[in-house]
Amino acid sequence: MALDTSPPSSQPVRQSAVRQRERVNRRGSLEPGRPGRPKRPLVVALVLAAVTLMTVDRGADGSPVDPARRAVGEVLGPVQAGVAHALDPVLSLPRWVGDQGDLVDRVDDLEAENAELRQQLARTDVDRNRLAEYDGLTAAAEDLGYAMVPARVVGYGAAQTFTRTVTIDAGSRAGLAPDMTVVAAEGLVGRVLRVTSTTATVLLVVDDRSVVGARLGSSMEIGSLTGDGTLDDDGALDLEQVDETAVPRRGDVVVTWGSDAGAPYLSGIPVGEVTAVYSNVRDMTQRAAVRAYVDFSALDVVGVVVPSGTASDRAVIEPDGALR
Amino acid sequence: MTARRAAVVGLLLVLALTLQASVLPLLSWQGAVPNLVLLLVVAVALVRGSEAGLVVGFVGGLLLDLAPPADHTAGRWALALLLVGVLAGRLHDPRRPRGGSPLAALGTVAAASFVATSVFALAGLVVGDGDLGTGDLLSGLAVALVCDLVVAPLVLPPLLAVLRHTDLEAAPA
Repeated sequence: MALDTSPPSSQPVRQSAVRQRERVNRRGSLEPGRPGRPKRPLVVALVLAAVTLMTVDRGADGSPVDPARRAVGEVLGPVQAGVAHALDPVLSLPRWVGDQGDLVDRVDDLEAENAELRQQLARTDVDRNRLAEYDGLTAAAEDLGYAMVPARVVGYGAAQTFTRTVTIDAGSRAGLAPDMTVVAAEGLVGRVLRVTSTTATVLLVVDDRSVVGARLGSSMEIGSLTGDGTLDDDGALDLEQVDETAVPRRGDVVVTWGSDAGAPYLSGIPVGEVTAVYSNVRDMTQRAAVRAYVDFSALDVVGVVVPSGTASDRAVIEPDGALR
Repeated sequence: MTARRAAVVGLLLVLALTLQASVLPLLSWQGAVPNLVLLLVVAVALVRGSEAGLVVGFVGGLLLDLAPPADHTAGRWALALLLVGVLAGRLHDPRRPRGGSPLAALGTVAAASFVATSVFALAGLVVGDGDLGTGDLLSGLAVALVCDLVVAPLVLPPLLAVLRHTDLEAAPA
């Protein structure tokens, strides 16, 4: 019982000198004495909020976070679109300014392309047969009675998020809905993930979560195309075939296989061509690297495939090429 | 007074988000763009301390999670940036309102970029967003770090100046 607890009355003398340190000690907490440092309950609350959000948002569809996502999109989407459109003239400037080195490079590139084209000319017969098949496929897509809503890319997802998504400036008012096919003049771009009234988020086929049913133009073999998450020019897609003994060839055209009712992907849309074939000796399978026709790092105008006759706030391109 | 400061930060947040999604991708390097929201969180934390950094980090991260074209599990950037806000805020020194050396600020940005992108990626692994290889992860980290460091000397000084100016105006005492 010889414990001598110092009475509170003795504190004020020392308090001024070590007040900060004492506040930390007496509460036995990490609460800092310096201004600007957060209180521990606030830190815990916000960390828990973030973790809770991640947990509730895990559900693939029908996530309770979606309304919030849509609300933020409704506000920020038009801002993105406005800024992208306003800065258009400025951002296209670099295209008009080039130096001697650029021009020399371009001549080299064009010469190489010329040589390649001459080579292709020599292979016309093979290509013509292939083309007939491929034409049939695209014609089928045209006959399905789908129309196209034109849109522009106004926002890109950053590589730091490890996802490949873009925002386009058309939304539910233009007749868009989730799981619609998005194409560019060169070929398949991706599919619509979600829409707001004026914008839509598109998952690019190069995203590593994107899987597209694919068909080889030459052999009609089917398989699945997976993105590798990069926007690089070559081999951005990975083709795995259902018939593992079928060998794809270099230069083979890959088109979409299509799904039920045309969602999420219509059939017969060109995706890219095979650039390399790897055979796996262990399980006797063939994998092919496919270079997409679309340059994903320079996307601008895209088209969203909608059912013919969809009500839209802008001109719709009908299957016969007419504007409505 | 506080409302005015909050409004300034809110405006800067929307500006950063918009630039990051719509303008910077045209100047992107390997698909990565400078994380302006991260720089803003670091700036707020340096000028106003951990508590402000924490709140702005959470709100900014949440907006990054929800604003189009984001498509990852919501809460990942919120968690990453609130941690960055707290950590960067530890360098806040109320006795030196002019702030520390520019080099220290740059170091803070580097550390913040590394921590934020790591936490974001690791949270993604935990909740099972996509299948990310270690190689992709590391190269993503490096590219993001370089992007943030390149832009920091251009963006951070004006940001710090704007924030300090608002603080001085708000509290003339």
